[in-house]
Amino acid sequence: MRKFISLTGRLMAVALLALPLLAAAPAVAQTQGQTPTGQAPQNLTEQEVKLFQQLNGNVAGRVSIPDAKSGLLIQPEGKEWRDFWRDDSKLLKGGALLGMLAVLVVFFFVRGRIPIEGGRSGRTVVRFNGIERFAHWLTATCFILLALSGLNIAIGRELILPLIGPEAFTALSQAGKYVHNYLSFPFTLGIVLMLVLWVKDNIPGKVDIDWLMAGGGLVGKGHAHARKFNGGQKIVFWSTVLGGGVIAVTGFILMFPFWFTDMAGMQLSQVLHTVVSILLIALIMAHIYIGSLGMEGAFDAMGSGEVDLNWARAHHDLWVEEMFGKRDAPRGGQPVAAE
Amino acid sequence: MARMKFLCDAERCIECNACVTACKNEHEVPWGINRRRVVTINDGKPGERSISMACMHCTDAPCAAVCPVDCFYTTADGVVLHSKDLCIGCGYCFYACPFGAPQYPQLGNFGSRGKMDKCTFCAGGPEEDITPAEYGKYGSNRLAEGKLPLCAEMCSTKALLAGDGEVIAAIYKERVVKRGYGTGAWGWSTAYPDSRGA
Repeated sequence: MRKFISLTGRLMAVALLALPLLAAAPAVAQTQGQTPTGQAPQNLTEQEVKLFQQLNGNVAGRVSIPDAKSGLLIQPEGKEWRDFWRDDSKLLKGGALLGMLAVLVVFFFVRGRIPIEGGRSGRTVVRFNGIERFAHWLTATCFILLALSGLNIAIGRELILPLIGPEAFTALSQAGKYVHNYLSFPFTLGIVLMLVLWVKDNIPGKVDIDWLMAGGGLVGKGHAHARKFNGGQKIVFWSTVLGGGVIAVTGFILMFPFWFTDMAGMQLSQVLHTVVSILLIALIMAHIYIGSLGMEGAFDAMGSGEVDLNWARAHHDLWVEEMFGKRDAPRGGQPVAAE
Repeated sequence: MARMKFLCDAERCIECNACVTACKNEHEVPWGINRRRVVTINDGKPGERSISMACMHCTDAPCAAVCPVDCFYTTADGVVLHSKDLCIGCGYCFYACPFGAPQYPQLGNFGSRGKMDKCTFCAGGPEEDITPAEYGKYGSNRLAEGKLPLCAEMCSTKALLAGDGEVIAAIYKERVVKRGYGTGAWGWSTAYPDSRGA
């Protein structure tokens, strides 16, 4: 992240680098034009000092070939991006993903599988219709394949390459590149679909704050009310829509290199794409856990689309009330946990 | 062992682009690929300089550090080469390279890139030296023939120097001392941070 910040603040850094040039001519040779002799040329002309000032470290000029971006002669920021990719981002990847995995494992052993309070009632209610489930699984399938192919680019060199050898790893990564490029389109479509379908149920409100304050039923035993989506699900929704949006936009910038932006823009897009993706993968790991292994009855919502009435009353009491009316929906069990 | 480097004397380069042309011809690189280019800064203004630039064969090369498939390697002469059999054309080396050296043929849909191509210091690639397979992928291997890179060899003003770092640095130093000025060896502090005092 340190490099990420410095990448965005490059203009400031360049300006600072140029400061000593204004102060003294001999300093020029040491900061910018180091000679192979290791000595500062003693008699730099005023003209040359001016030249370095104008260049400001980012050395660009005119080229006679059609490739206009090749006019950028020297871009020292490449090494900053290298440091981000080689060091900082690897810390983030390891920390966020292994950290989330550890949290989930600990949570599973402490809390166990969260059962339906009062057991299954045998009656079900429709929670997600066909279009909703299609949007979810379209996005989910794409996300998992995009995450795996992306992580292969990110840490495959350290994890997979030593195991399967360079030729096989290149074949895998080449296939992964195509998967990553082409699945970006259905993924984006899925994000848009989910936004359209669910945004009306995901407007944050006071009930969500109460839900979060009560720990969402994940920790302790809170009386957390929730409509169709509880506070935790709204966090997942907005993270997916906004984070997925950032990932999609930066991804398309990367897929069409230099169509929309210059070198600094490409590097920044890559950094954003990496950081947001890692954070979203970590979040979705928790989402997958609680929607499958972590809670009884939760998977049905996206599986068959029909959930057990007792589960619905426990987790989305206000939503059940809205559907049936208060009269027909006596409180059964306490609202407990997130999905 | 020699440590191969490029050095462009901006006081001598006249932007004739012969190095660019010679490189393209020698290695028969495809359309749109420029392993070497000449950049003119402050064009038409006082202090105009032209610099011929290609892969500088960096110490601790950034391209090699970021390559997701680890396709780069450094030869005993300090030349940074890569395997086109392993490259997947992801483009990361171009973001990391301080000199814009990596080039990609435009292949397939969108902006999708083909396998990366760059200056080899006329040293071919991982294939066996001076074979049609090597020539087809990487161009000629002049180093294996005992010759230096063609761009520098045929530079009319001898602005572009290629060879052992210490030798070309000594030539450049002699020039700077004799004429009394020099704008520095372009890119050296970026490419060879260890060369201070070399």
